Amino acid sequence: MKSFYEISEGPLSLEAAASRVADPSAGALAAFCGTTRNSFDGKDVDHLEYEAYRPMAERVMAEIGMEIATRWPSVTGIAIAHRTGRVDVGEPSVIVAVSAPHREAALAACGWGIDRLKEILPVWKKEVFTDGEVWRENQPRGGEPP
Amino acid sequence: MAVRLFGPAREAAGSERVAVEVPGGATAADVVSALEARYPALAGLLPRSRVAVNLEYVDGDTRLGPGDEVAILPPVGGG
Repeated sequence: MKSFYEISEGPLSLEAAASRVADPSAGALAAFCGTTRNSFDGKDVDHLEYEAYRPMAERVMAEIGMEIATRWPSVTGIAIAHRTGRVDVGEPSVIVAVSAPHREAALAACGWGIDRLKEILPVWKKEVFTDGEVWRENQPRGGEPP
Repeated sequence: MAVRLFGPAREAAGSERVAVEVPGGATAADVVSALEARYPALAGLLPRSRVAVNLEYVDGDTRLGPGDEVAILPPVGGG
């Protein structure tokens, strides 16, 4: 299985992540790309600032990858990347890409991967509004407002 | 013992690394208690934070050794 895990200070590329998991035996490639939204609870978000416990975060990414490989043994590639520092509205902050022979495993593993990441990846997010800032904690799975 | 702080804990304490005194054979929970006593600014966050030792999440009863890297991890917000 191909794997790639990265905490990056620079911009993330969906295309680059996809190329990391491409495999001749894969008929499916599923990817999730989280981007900075321009509002939270009606407040205007100017940008986000992410802070990571880098060596642990890269290790946790690899653990998530191993859990995916165990749950979906057909998976042929996993790439997980997370940005740190300032991320402006519309820019990607996280990418999870999974390849597999068939779409069921790729889609399920990708969805599970981003959920798991939001639970355990040691990364913190500060929302910077036009008139203040707040550290935003992830909500338990399924508890996020639509 | 040196303790690394991240995110809101780092900001509340005003430092990314703080030191607490704990006896030999102390547990992760002992370090949290020592931090609570020494840094009142962290009191609200510590009960909701997890502890990592040498880059792995641990339970409160985990015993610490010399040279261990101990970190306080507030509720995460990645993604």
